Amino acid sequence: MSLFGRLGEHALKHDWIEYAAGVSIVGGALVVIILITYLKKWGWLWREWFTSVDHKKIGIMYIVFSAIQLAKGLIDGLMMRAQQATASGDCMGYLGAEHFQQIFTAHGVTMIFFVGMGVVFGIINLVLPLQIGARDVAFPLLNSISFWLFAAGGLYIFISLVIGVFAGTGWTAYPPLAGLKYNPGVGVDYWLWSIQISGAGSLLSGINFLVTILKMRCPGMKLMRMPVFVWATLATVVLVIFAFPILTGTIGMLSTDRLLDTKIFTADYGGNPMMYINLIWAWGHPEVYILVLPAFGIFSEVVPVFSHKKLFGYTSMVWAIAVITFLSFIVWLHHFFTMGAGANVNAFFGIMTMVIAIPTGVKVFNWLFTMYRGKVTFTTPMLWFMGFIFIFVTGGMTGVMMAIPGIDFQVHNSLFLIAHFHSVIIGGVLFGFFSGYSYWFPKFTGFRLNEKLGKYAFWFWFVGFIVAFFPLYLLGFMGATRRMNHYPAGNGWQPLFIVASIGAFLILIGVLFQAAQLYKSIKERNQNKDTTGDPWNGRALEWSTASPPPFYNFAHLPEVHSRDAFWELKKSKKDIVKRKYEDIHMPKNSMVGVNIGILSCVMGFALVWHIFWLAAITFIGILIALIARLFVKETDYYVKAEEVEQIETRSRAT
Amino acid sequence: MKRAFKIIIITLLIIAVGALTVYFVSTHNIPVLEPKGLISVKERELIITSSLLMLIVVIPVLVLAVVFGWKYREGRGSKHAPDWEHNNIAECCWWGVPVVIIIILAVITWKTSHDLNPFKPIQNGTTPVKIQAVALDWKWLFIYPDQGIATVNYVQFPEKTPIDFVITADAPMNSFWIPQLGGQIYAMPAMTTSIHLLANETGEFEGRSANISGKGFAGMIFKAVASNKQDFQNWVQYVKSSGKELSWDIYTQLVEPSEYNDVEIYGKIEDQLFDQILIQYMPEGNKK
Repeated sequence: MSLFGRLGEHALKHDWIEYAAGVSIVGGALVVIILITYLKKWGWLWREWFTSVDHKKIGIMYIVFSAIQLAKGLIDGLMMRAQQATASGDCMGYLGAEHFQQIFTAHGVTMIFFVGMGVVFGIINLVLPLQIGARDVAFPLLNSISFWLFAAGGLYIFISLVIGVFAGTGWTAYPPLAGLKYNPGVGVDYWLWSIQISGAGSLLSGINFLVTILKMRCPGMKLMRMPVFVWATLATVVLVIFAFPILTGTIGMLSTDRLLDTKIFTADYGGNPMMYINLIWAWGHPEVYILVLPAFGIFSEVVPVFSHKKLFGYTSMVWAIAVITFLSFIVWLHHFFTMGAGANVNAFFGIMTMVIAIPTGVKVFNWLFTMYRGKVTFTTPMLWFMGFIFIFVTGGMTGVMMAIPGIDFQVHNSLFLIAHFHSVIIGGVLFGFFSGYSYWFPKFTGFRLNEKLGKYAFWFWFVGFIVAFFPLYLLGFMGATRRMNHYPAGNGWQPLFIVASIGAFLILIGVLFQAAQLYKSIKERNQNKDTTGDPWNGRALEWSTASPPPFYNFAHLPEVHSRDAFWELKKSKKDIVKRKYEDIHMPKNSMVGVNIGILSCVMGFALVWHIFWLAAITFIGILIALIARLFVKETDYYVKAEEVEQIETRSRAT
Repeated sequence: MKRAFKIIIITLLIIAVGALTVYFVSTHNIPVLEPKGLISVKERELIITSSLLMLIVVIPVLVLAVVFGWKYREGRGSKHAPDWEHNNIAECCWWGVPVVIIIILAVITWKTSHDLNPFKPIQNGTTPVKIQAVALDWKWLFIYPDQGIATVNYVQFPEKTPIDFVITADAPMNSFWIPQLGGQIYAMPAMTTSIHLLANETGEFEGRSANISGKGFAGMIFKAVASNKQDFQNWVQYVKSSGKELSWDIYTQLVEPSEYNDVEIYGKIEDQLFDQILIQYMPEGNKK
């Protein structure tokens, strides 16, 4: 075994398209690095952002990271569409089969783990502590460690484009295909360590937010007074805590199969690939709800505010979330009715799956009846909600269809399935995030996003989505499966694939409008300033503090007497009694998080390439970083009352 | 004026898209919706019944979304009730109606899961034809144990006769799917699954693997032909007389990865070939 394991020159050999991708990634990174150096911003970045334990800054870092990943995942999607629009009959398309397979695998991993999870934890980080009237999360340093583990995992998506290859197995990497026998190379290992490391971060985040919700609520905020977004987050983190250990264990076993040849999931020597498929979905199905429940929470905040009306059926909403949380753990088998479990088992899991449609439907009705007898203003966040209703409801309907095993046999792994889950993930998770993004943007920046460009972005996304994905339902019925890099000409699929790529292109225009919106909004920030801290006439506590909130969030911890705490306070028209400012207890910044992130990233890389001495050193390094932290005594400090007073008067003055 | 123009344009667009869709569907073969098999016909019925049932909820939701959005938009001056947040009867309605629909669907699901279970043999008085299908890298091998023949990427069987497919893989997992006849079941190494199909009429159908299995996955397509009984017998005789033999040695060559494999026919096969393929994966079975 050489010093660098399996790493050698051959790792850099690619075809020209991969070179182009690699060059643009390395080039892009270099440009950013040179720019930061030129502007002399490294110190500022390190002190103010990388080592920060402030939940607001960590949230923003999550979202910036996810935005980069979204751009990358979108390019993957466009490349796939371009391939499938052309690769019919004699034309083999511009991508080789193995390259195409890497692209769809990376697309799935990017979108689920680093866009979906990223925006979910980003929004939770930003909003949750403010909504429960807390000054930070329960464990601020752990929060920073979580983020850096998440970011470390996400980097492999880019590293594998330059050094080596990524997995070509599909994002769930079923063995035996993902085992040593059929995939001895580094691709699956990149996949493994990418998910293993970021998954550890997600689990830690889950624990952190659970404790935050249970222990850090401000006085008077009983459970049934919490905003529904907080309820949704509570359910999400419970799911994270129960589901992610399954993922860690499962891919841990797959990695021993690959590193030590343990034969747990091989077809021979008594291994059992079907066990892997069960386990990965025992995590994978709750994962879907981990992504979509926060989106439900966001809509439960957005719809009442823009309908100028209380949320309809609060108790129903909470119960619906609880039922979904419970049921999401007993439906995993619907991902493989076709594995042959037998009629009784299939029927049970099918019925459990369709039962989930009931609480989900209840939520939809409650949102709609929040609009009933309201005064609905169609701002960008509300448009995303309307788009969500149309796409998510059709996606839900096709989901229930696939929950019936007899139908699933005919559409499983076909493009019908692809259309379904993009409907619920784009229509649900992403539209939910975009709604929340335009809704909470002024809170964290102090200025509003440009409405006009936001609306253009919405319409391109919405129409683009329909054009890109509705033809896939029909293609599924025509017998087209997912993950084909080529298909025969005689089936007549090509026109629909071409239509779908036009749709993908429209979505790209939508994303460009979002970029333009951000640029224009920053440029014109002085015209769109939010000086009140409450630009939308909001209802929950986050609107009761300044925009952007001071780093300690609230000068005085709020006291709550009802739901919609801030709304009721405004209605009561009581002047806030001027209280004396007090010293505020805050955590100090720490570089432990970013150090552990860097060490983990190197460790994973070393394990991918079998450089075991480096893996051992970095692992010991992580342990040392953690132990050393135990000896740091001054982890916190007090903001003096006078300083608080200064900051508060300054923010009032502007 | 401008608004009316907008509405007209959008309506025309929607009509155009609808017309194009109808034209496309009527001029193309949509296997799942134009089934030719006993099982696939039932599966299509199920698609239609369940869709109709769900539309009972879905249509009101979509209509309400438009109506409420229109009627209660700011500035229209409709009734405003900012504190109206609860109504028992309404909430019972939208917990209750979906519950009833799901109960109906659940009963349907339970019945059809048994009826359409791929493992359930089809009985129509005719003796079934047994075909063993093996997913290889990246082609399908079909073994006819009773006829003593085998084929690659081509399978023929008589119409109106139950076909008992027994399926395994000597490769990563694949999924066996002939959309026009019904589907679908995984093909896994070291495991057997089965699917029972019946073609209602003669015809040529496309079958394929529906689960990613590596580089040559997209080419794992086979032709499935349902012919009348006499043609089937003639075909079997033709294959038998073609002379090539699928011995274990030839099989080990066939297992080697290949893409877009041509159709091949074997007139003679090694005894118990299918069982031998399976036994390789058993702890004591690696001898051969």
